[in-house]
Amino acid sequence: MSSTSIPDTAAGRIRKVIAASSVGTLIEWYDFYIFGSLATVISSQFFPKTNPTAALLSTLATFAAGFIVRPFGALVFGRLGDLVGRKYTFLLTLVIMGGSTFGIGLVPKYETIGLAAPLIVLLLRLLQGLALGGEYGGAATYVAEHSPAGRRGYYTSWIQTTATVGLLLSLGVILLTRHLLDADTTRSIEKFNDWGWRIPFLISIVLVIISIYIRLKMSESPLFTRLKTEGKVSVNPLKESFGHKANLKMVLLALFGVAMGQGVVFYTGQFYAQYFMENVCLIDFDQSKTIMILAIIVATPFFLLFGGWSDKIGRKWIMLIGMTLAVVTYPFLFRQLLDISDTTRRTELTGQKEIKSSVAFIGKTGNLIRTATTLTHYEGGLVLNSTKKDTLYANGSSSLKPETKIAKTLGTGDYLKMTLILFIMILYVTMVYGPIAAFLVELFPTRIRYTSMSLPYHIGNGVFGGLTPFIATLLATSFGGGNKLVGLWYPILVAGICVIIGALYIPSGPRKEDLE
Amino acid sequence: MNSIKRALGIVWMILGPLVLFYLVKTAGAEITKNPVWGTRIEWGVFIVVFIPIAVGLVLFGYYAVKGEYEEIG
Repeated sequence: MSSTSIPDTAAGRIRKVIAASSVGTLIEWYDFYIFGSLATVISSQFFPKTNPTAALLSTLATFAAGFIVRPFGALVFGRLGDLVGRKYTFLLTLVIMGGSTFGIGLVPKYETIGLAAPLIVLLLRLLQGLALGGEYGGAATYVAEHSPAGRRGYYTSWIQTTATVGLLLSLGVILLTRHLLDADTTRSIEKFNDWGWRIPFLISIVLVIISIYIRLKMSESPLFTRLKTEGKVSVNPLKESFGHKANLKMVLLALFGVAMGQGVVFYTGQFYAQYFMENVCLIDFDQSKTIMILAIIVATPFFLLFGGWSDKIGRKWIMLIGMTLAVVTYPFLFRQLLDISDTTRRTELTGQKEIKSSVAFIGKTGNLIRTATTLTHYEGGLVLNSTKKDTLYANGSSSLKPETKIAKTLGTGDYLKMTLILFIMILYVTMVYGPIAAFLVELFPTRIRYTSMSLPYHIGNGVFGGLTPFIATLLATSFGGGNKLVGLWYPILVAGICVIIGALYIPSGPRKEDLE
Repeated sequence: MNSIKRALGIVWMILGPLVLFYLVKTAGAEITKNPVWGTRIEWGVFIVVFIPIAVGLVLFGYYAVKGEYEEIG
């Protein structure tokens, strides 16, 4: 089929296919992100730093799930998807992801069951990584194999929105739960940190059950069904994908010419930017989250726009221009974030300074916790909130290292400026990410498509992308010397190399009409 | 264009081991700076993951030198 106009019944069918695939993939992203977003709370509940074994398990949960298990999941489920079919494989990934997420919400604290708690959480987190590694390739392949040639970019771009909308959903649910557990905000946050964090994990099961029901009612991909009927299904997808030069060279091209650049742009725009706002610019937690939520809401339709355009003008240059813009403008955009939050460039409104202090007993110990909050107001509505907490012991001494927290709340104008900058960064994400599913799908034949496209995608995103916050922070710590933008060299270098490889080696011709 | 593709193939072939060398060097420095199991696991994971990626980059460069990407580009 090469026509771009499709009959109503076919249009209805493709809408169902997109809905069934997207909802499941969205839930999987949501499940994966809530663990990351709640890492600090989870760490305090399951991985106490006082126990070295638990701290080790925490490191494993953080690093192994994304960097090793995700690409491994791509191989395991990709192979399965090419052997038994797309439908049952990505149904299985959904069950594993939903079950492990729900399970995390039920695990008793370290205080209650000791080392078994972090061990179970680690196991469930690894299962999450494994499931995510298998889900995306299945959903993208399934939708692409149902799509007519001229609309493949547009239809698969719905799948592409799910990673960002999953992030949005996770941020929204976390923010709402944090504030709805008590009328008093401080108490609500305390309750959230104690037990309320389980809610985002537990409610996921409802969405998973609905999604499983929808997916069960869907039929297998027509291209895979035809392959099966003709007895042409691959006997050994791993060997065919990575053991034969003709296909391996395309896997390598997909990884180094597109996926690694896309991965770093995706993670810089959505995760490193968030980290940068909260930890370098010191923007208030809730405000940084709402800035991200707003930017994502406004940018999300662009996934569909760029996916649709890629059907008309080709996939390659939309993705490469997105990467190039990121490489060229990241230093400027991040510099703007710093400038907006910089209090040294503003005049303090000295008359409005507020100082509050309070003292409260810590249980029945006789010790006291002293909290001193200073609110410094600046022109433009920026408020610097400095909270210093220290312990006054019953014997008269005070804590040697008082804990000081600084958070800045932006005025409306600056808040909107920061949202605009985040929107631009996510716009780059939509350019590189919107057309990539169709691009990867068209690069490989049906019999080994699931396996071949999943691995470069998950190395690009899980490894190159997932490492962005870590390496950027490492660069800033080791070579920064006061320059807070040094961390950007990692995404700039990786995306820059990717642009060169992509521009030179990826064919610029028209999109592929029929999938083999 | 094809000669540029081939010539740059040598760059990709060199880049693979270079990145790996730099990674191992940084890992050594970081582990020495903070010799706890957490640091060892972090950097161990990175090295394990990047070895096949570096091999892949060398192979990509080799294919480029051999002109494997000329017929598709």
